[in-house]
Amino acid sequence: MTDGTTGGAGADRPVPQPAEVAGPRADEVVSGSDQAGRAGHGPEVVDVRRGMFGVDGSGDTSGYGGLVQPVALPGAASRPYGGWFDEAVDVLAEVLGEAGVAFDDAVERVVVDPQTDPPHEHAELTLVVAREHLVAVSRALRDDQDLRFELSLGVSGVHYPQDVGRELHAVYHLTSVTHGRRVRLEVAVPDADPHVPSTTSVYPTNDWHERETWDFFGIVFDDHPGLARIEMPDDWPGHPQRKDYPLGGIPVEYKGATVPPPDTRRQYS
Amino acid sequence: MTAPAFTATRPPTDDFDPGIPGFEASGGDWDEIAREAVGEERIVVNMGPQHPSTHGVLRLMLEIDGETVTEARCGIGYLHTGIEKNMEFRTWTQGTTFCTRMDYLAPLFQETAFCLATERLLGVTDDVPERASIIRVLMMELNRVASHLVCLGTGGNEMGATTVMTVGFTGREEILRLFEAVTGLRMNHAYVRPGGVAQDVPDDFEDQVRAALPKIRHYLGQLGDLMLANPIFKARLTEVGALSLAGCMALGVTGPVLRSAGLPYDVRKAFPYSGYETYDFDVPTSTDADCFSRVVLRLEECYQSLRIVEQCLVRLRDTAGAPVMVADKKIAWPAQLAVGADGQGNSLDHIRHIMGTSMEALIHHFKLVTEGFRVPAGQVWQTVEHPRGELGVHAVSDGGTKPYRAHFRDPSFNNLQAVSMMCEGGQVADVVVAVASLDPVLGGVDR
Repeated sequence: MTDGTTGGAGADRPVPQPAEVAGPRADEVVSGSDQAGRAGHGPEVVDVRRGMFGVDGSGDTSGYGGLVQPVALPGAASRPYGGWFDEAVDVLAEVLGEAGVAFDDAVERVVVDPQTDPPHEHAELTLVVAREHLVAVSRALRDDQDLRFELSLGVSGVHYPQDVGRELHAVYHLTSVTHGRRVRLEVAVPDADPHVPSTTSVYPTNDWHERETWDFFGIVFDDHPGLARIEMPDDWPGHPQRKDYPLGGIPVEYKGATVPPPDTRRQYS
Repeated sequence: MTAPAFTATRPPTDDFDPGIPGFEASGGDWDEIAREAVGEERIVVNMGPQHPSTHGVLRLMLEIDGETVTEARCGIGYLHTGIEKNMEFRTWTQGTTFCTRMDYLAPLFQETAFCLATERLLGVTDDVPERASIIRVLMMELNRVASHLVCLGTGGNEMGATTVMTVGFTGREEILRLFEAVTGLRMNHAYVRPGGVAQDVPDDFEDQVRAALPKIRHYLGQLGDLMLANPIFKARLTEVGALSLAGCMALGVTGPVLRSAGLPYDVRKAFPYSGYETYDFDVPTSTDADCFSRVVLRLEECYQSLRIVEQCLVRLRDTAGAPVMVADKKIAWPAQLAVGADGQGNSLDHIRHIMGTSMEALIHHFKLVTEGFRVPAGQVWQTVEHPRGELGVHAVSDGGTKPYRAHFRDPSFNNLQAVSMMCEGGQVADVVVAVASLDPVLGGVDR
C-alpha cells in the first residue's frame, strides 16, 4: 500500500507462498491493540503487506519476498468499553431510539483503542457510523445534555485503496467542553459512490473541513452549501491526498549521483 | 498514475460574465476608481493575496457599499505545499522536519503535537523522560510568547503603528536566540522527536533564559504601554470584529478568540499533556468579545507563559543530567549529538564506537535512521494548545515505518471561517483589524 503508485493491486507481486516458506508470522496481524486475537471481534483488515522492502516483481533477493502480513486496525470492542464510554454509548442509543433510529443501524461498530482492563488512560472511542445516519448521530451527540459534544474540531479523510467497498473514510473529531470528553466518528464509503451527507447543518465549522476533504480525497459531501476546492486551484485534476495520486518531484543530481524523487525510491513496506 | 477521469469544478474563467467591468487598484487613488465605478450596483474589492495587511498570502473578497462591508469571503491555498502528503513518504522521525514548517511562527507546537501522537501510537507516552517533557513545555511556552509578539507587532503595523512592530520583533529576537542556542536554528527546528527531544539543552541554558526574561518582560511592558491606553488604538479596536460565544462554538473557533468571548477553554487545562497539569498558571478570559480584548488577552497569556517558563527552569535544574529520550533503543536514535568546533554534529565517541568496534551498532544505527521504527497500526487524535487555538493531529499508522496519514487541524485554517461573521456590516478599515485579531498564519492554513 505504501507503494500505491506502482499500479494494480498485487498484479505483479510475488505469489503467496506455502506455509513453510511464508514464515511463522504469516497468520499474525499487524495491529496496535492486544484485542486483535479476541474471538468474535476480529480486527478490521485493511491491507495485506507482502515482502519487506517494497520491491515488486523482481529484484528482491533478500529472501523476505514471501512474507505475507495482513494489516489490521483495531476491530469492534466488547462490553464493558471502560470509563465513560459505556454510559455515552447507552445514552446515544436511547436518544437515537427516541428519534426512531435503531442504534445498530446507525452505528456499525464501536471501537475502543486501546481496550485494556482496567481502562487505558489514553483510550479513544470511535463510532463507525452508517452514512445515512451520520447527521442524526452528530445531532444527538451535540444536543443531548449527557453527551453535549458541542465543539467539532473538523473532518479529515483517509484513503484505504485495498479495503474494497470502504475505500474512503471521513473522520470527524468531536469534543465535549462541558464533560471534558472526546469522540471520533468514522464514515466509510466506496470509491465508486463517494457520497457522505454534509454535517454543516449541525456543525457549521465543518464547512471548510469538508471542502478540504473533498479537495484532497474526492469525498462528496451532499447538501454542503458550497463544495468547492479550497487548497488546490479550482481547475485542478484529481485529488492529491489519495494513495493512487503520485507525490511528484524530480530527480536531483548531487555529486555525480542521481537521487530519485521520494515516492519512487526503494522503500520499506 | 493514470490520467484523472474528471475535473472538480468548472474552470474559473466561466464564472466571469464579460459584461461586468473590472477595475484594478494597485497603488492608485481609490476615489478615482470609485468615481469611475459610480453607477455600478455592486462593488467587489479583491484584497490580497499580496496585500501587506493580510498576514501573508490571504485573499479577501469584499463586497462593499460605500465604506461598509456587506459580504466578506476568504480565498486560501496560495501557500499549499502538500506537507501532509510529503509526510506519508518519510519516516515518523523525519515527520517532525516537515510539520515544523506548517505554522512557521509556532513550529514547536506542530512538532510536539505530532510527536505526542506518535508516542501514543507506539504506546510509550508514559516512558517519555520527565526532562524531555519539561524541555518541550519550556520551548512551547517561549514559542507562544514569540508568536504572540509577532501577532501584536504585525497587528499594530497593519494599523500604521510601526513602533509596535519594531518592539514586538525585537522582543521575539531574544526568544529566537534561545531557540538557536538549543536547536541550532531560529525556525524549522525539528527538535522535538518521537520519544523525547533531539538533544539536551546547553549547560548554561538556565543562565541564558534568566538573562533574557527581563528583556522579554521589558518589551512586553513597552507593548502594553504603547497599546493598552492609547486612545487611537482603543478607538480602532474596541467593539470591532465581535464574535459571540455562540458564534465561536458554531464555527469551532478556539484559542484567544474563544476566550475573549468568555469561555476559559484551554487544552492545557481541559486535556493536559506533557505534564501541564503540574504547572501553576491561569487562563485569562474576557467577555468583551472584541479585538481590543484579544490584544489584552494575548499580552496576559505572554505573562502566564513566562510564569510557566520560570517553573520549568527550576525543574530543569532538578533533573540535570537525566535522559531526554526514551530508553528504548528501537526508537531512540543512537547518535549522541555534540557541539563541535564546526557547529553541531555526531559525537566523536559514538562515531568511534560504530566505525571502530561494533559492526552491530553500525547496522542498528543505519537501519534505524534509514528504515525507521515500525509503529503499530491504529489511529490517534492528539491536540495541543497552540497560540492560535486548538491544534489537532490525526495520525494513522498501517504498521509501517511511515505515517499512513498525518492530518493537522490547524487553528488558523479553521478560524479564518469567522472572517465573514466578524467583518460583514463593519467598515472596510475594520477588516484589517478583525483579521489581525484572528492572527492567521498562512503557512499553517494552507500546509
